[in-house]
Amino acid sequence: MPSGIKDKVAILGMGCTKFGERWDMSEEDLIVEAYLEAMEDAGIEKKDIEASWFGSCFDEVNVGKSAITLPMTLKLPFIGATRVENFCASGTEAFRGAVYAVAAGACDIALALGAEKLKDTGYGGLPDFGTAMGTFFRLFMPNATAPGSFALMATGYMAKYGVSPDDLKTALAKISAKSHANGALNPKAHLQKAVTVDQVMNAPMIAWPLGLFDCCGVSDGAAAAIVTTPEIAKKLKPNTDPVLVKALQIAITSGEEMWYTDWDGAHVETTYRAGQKAFAEAGIKKPREELSMMEVHDCFSITELATYEDLQISPRGKAIDDINDGFYELSGKIPCQPDGGLKCFGHPIGASGIRMLYEMYLQLNGRAGDRQIKDPKLGLTHNLGGFPAMSVCSVAIVGK
Amino acid sequence: MVGITSFGGYIPRYRINRGTIFGAMGWFNPVTIAVARGEKSVANYDEDSLSMAVAAGIDALNGIGRDKIDGIYLASTTLPYKERSCAAIAAAALDLREDVRVADFTEAVKSGTTATIAALDAVKAGEANNIMVSAADYRMGRMGSMVEQFYGDGAACLVLGNKDVVAEFKGSYSVSFDFVDHFRSEDAPFDRTWEERWIRDMGYSKFIPQVLKGLLEKTKTKPEAINRVVYPCYFGRDHGKLATLVGISAEAIHPNMHDVCGDTGTAHPLVMMVSALQEAKPGDKIIMASFGSGCDALLFEVTDNIKKLKGISGIKGSLEYKADLAPYEKYAVFRDIIPMELGIRGEDSAWTAFSTLWRKRKAVFGLVGTKCTECNTPQFPPQRICVNPDCGAVDKTEDYRFSDKEGTLFSYTGDMLAFSFDPPQVYGITRFKGGGTLWTDLTDCKIEDLKVGMKTKMSFRRKYYDPKRGISGYFWKIVPVIE
Repeated sequence: MPSGIKDKVAILGMGCTKFGERWDMSEEDLIVEAYLEAMEDAGIEKKDIEASWFGSCFDEVNVGKSAITLPMTLKLPFIGATRVENFCASGTEAFRGAVYAVAAGACDIALALGAEKLKDTGYGGLPDFGTAMGTFFRLFMPNATAPGSFALMATGYMAKYGVSPDDLKTALAKISAKSHANGALNPKAHLQKAVTVDQVMNAPMIAWPLGLFDCCGVSDGAAAAIVTTPEIAKKLKPNTDPVLVKALQIAITSGEEMWYTDWDGAHVETTYRAGQKAFAEAGIKKPREELSMMEVHDCFSITELATYEDLQISPRGKAIDDINDGFYELSGKIPCQPDGGLKCFGHPIGASGIRMLYEMYLQLNGRAGDRQIKDPKLGLTHNLGGFPAMSVCSVAIVGK
Repeated sequence: MVGITSFGGYIPRYRINRGTIFGAMGWFNPVTIAVARGEKSVANYDEDSLSMAVAAGIDALNGIGRDKIDGIYLASTTLPYKERSCAAIAAAALDLREDVRVADFTEAVKSGTTATIAALDAVKAGEANNIMVSAADYRMGRMGSMVEQFYGDGAACLVLGNKDVVAEFKGSYSVSFDFVDHFRSEDAPFDRTWEERWIRDMGYSKFIPQVLKGLLEKTKTKPEAINRVVYPCYFGRDHGKLATLVGISAEAIHPNMHDVCGDTGTAHPLVMMVSALQEAKPGDKIIMASFGSGCDALLFEVTDNIKKLKGISGIKGSLEYKADLAPYEKYAVFRDIIPMELGIRGEDSAWTAFSTLWRKRKAVFGLVGTKCTECNTPQFPPQRICVNPDCGAVDKTEDYRFSDKEGTLFSYTGDMLAFSFDPPQVYGITRFKGGGTLWTDLTDCKIEDLKVGMKTKMSFRRKYYDPKRGISGYFWKIVPVIE
């Protein structure tokens, strides 16, 4: 058994841009904005950074294929830089690279930065997948979009648990309304307006049964993390307990959910697997009791609902009960999306994973303002890319 | 004995009422009211002559094993490629053997019957045991024209062979002319026609009787012995008379099908023939004749074997399975005859890697996956390492065809964000009887029709058209079986 990553790496500083339609900002501007905040927070100088990882997914959007954009934008002086791209887990993958480098002793301080400027693509929603899965897949994959492919899980969930379309729509609407309520408290969120359950339910259909408010927005944004060893963190910031990385896990489909007739259509296997591995790494036995808060990949409301169950917080088929009980609200037992989630931040792919960690970091340091959760101990972040049955999933757990 | 060994038909699900067409375009050409009755068949936005020819071919394969097919001739004036054998694509879609002969018969609307004669010649000569002839067309008349109302879309397939013949071939007779009733130059989307009265009086009215007379004389058959005669002629009143001019009874004349689908061009003689065969009794003598740059006429005599053919939907079956297409503008958009704002997703097109397509042709065109010989798990797309997590055998596979497997709808959605000519874009996952699962587009349905657990079948469709490079890409779609 490997000893894992638990408590081997600390987050020294973090930064996050305001997310939104940043028409006046280039990729360069967003990267600089996130970086400067992280540097100021970390209280280090540029020369202290020894390696960097850059998360970005759509190469069409300003950054191109390699990592060159990052050191060229920030003028990082001839250190290693690696671009990572793993669908919606790209940001967390960048963080994983930096954390693993520090844990391995390959460097003392590393930078992870994720950025994406979706509003420059001209698309409402994510750009077409094109050859994202390769030239062969393009020849037979459906003409699908992200909301449609996750809507399949809503259909699957209703069929598996015998939930009526109305009951599911209501539960999903409560998820979105909850996230909007939180986002309204967050000055960095793209959408900062509360919405009612009725508004969510009556919004135009995007992909049946998901309506407009069941889908996260499209936005521009960047987020950055500077990581180091706990010892260095304590030395540089003697008056604060550092936020430590407790687990970093990733699970990628083997193809069995889509191609082997066994998947129930109502859950995401990679989330379950990544969650199990992360809990083991962090030494968490009862996630429902031990976790303080979560930022999960709520690209669509149904994804958030399924994630509650896949992470073993809500029992299978019972997430709706927890939703109705307010379990995941800001005042609930495990607030989910305290910052407003993808629902309010939108989803600049490469930035999202680090943006989620940023919220956990603020909360753990008691710096979350109006949305501060009382005395949080452990926070979980979760990213899910691809399609429910053909996905990439990362789970990170951080805590004091 | 040589003749027809199986047959199949395909009329697309959508029909447009001619009143709908007249309602939209009658203001421009009020005289089109004269033919504005009944409905015409309209290919769905993802169908074309190639996909319809494949559908008719699949129907015909219900009567005969596909390994017995030695060749396929495709007949159409509206094939998607000028240079690239569409019959070869059809052969791959039908998952025929590799050692088959293929040919495209094009340009004249009589090429369906010409291909049939060529197939019969090959069988008679002993060069082949069974050759499929699949004819399809989806021709377009300009908006507001008479032919816009006449033309329908459809396909039919005859398998010509030498064993278990259901209709024995008795002989053929042909006349050939450069009679230009209509024409379409290279790159022209619409037919141009000469005056209708001339087409009627000097075309149909002369050549149909001439070819029927020639056939009867050549085969030494008395006209009163003919039980059924099929030939195209979209002038309704004249159609009902032409065969009587050579002594064939009016009752023997098969309707021109104007009211139910319209003139399906190259396919039409075969469409009518399949329709006639579905009603035929052993001993019936049937003539199939065509019209277009001359005429071919073929005489067949139905045998007892016709009772043995099972599972063929034919023209009858596909005419029964229909849905109304309205408004007229939707039809016009399906046929890309009015410019539409497609949006950025509608403009997206990625290069088709032909080398990839070549390597994966059985999967893409034939919907052939693999079945693990260790654990018997069918899987699509084909895998080298078994996807069953409890197996994982390496290279223990055999080909496994999904195109002919029934399935069950596992989940679905209607996506308003994805581009579609017929929004919402409907797609989902089907699970095949016997194993295997496929996530792809659904077609010929509305989202309201769908229920998890309903039966599905597969249909070969045009998946995309890349206008920049002129590429029509094909794959299979899920068709829910709507009871």
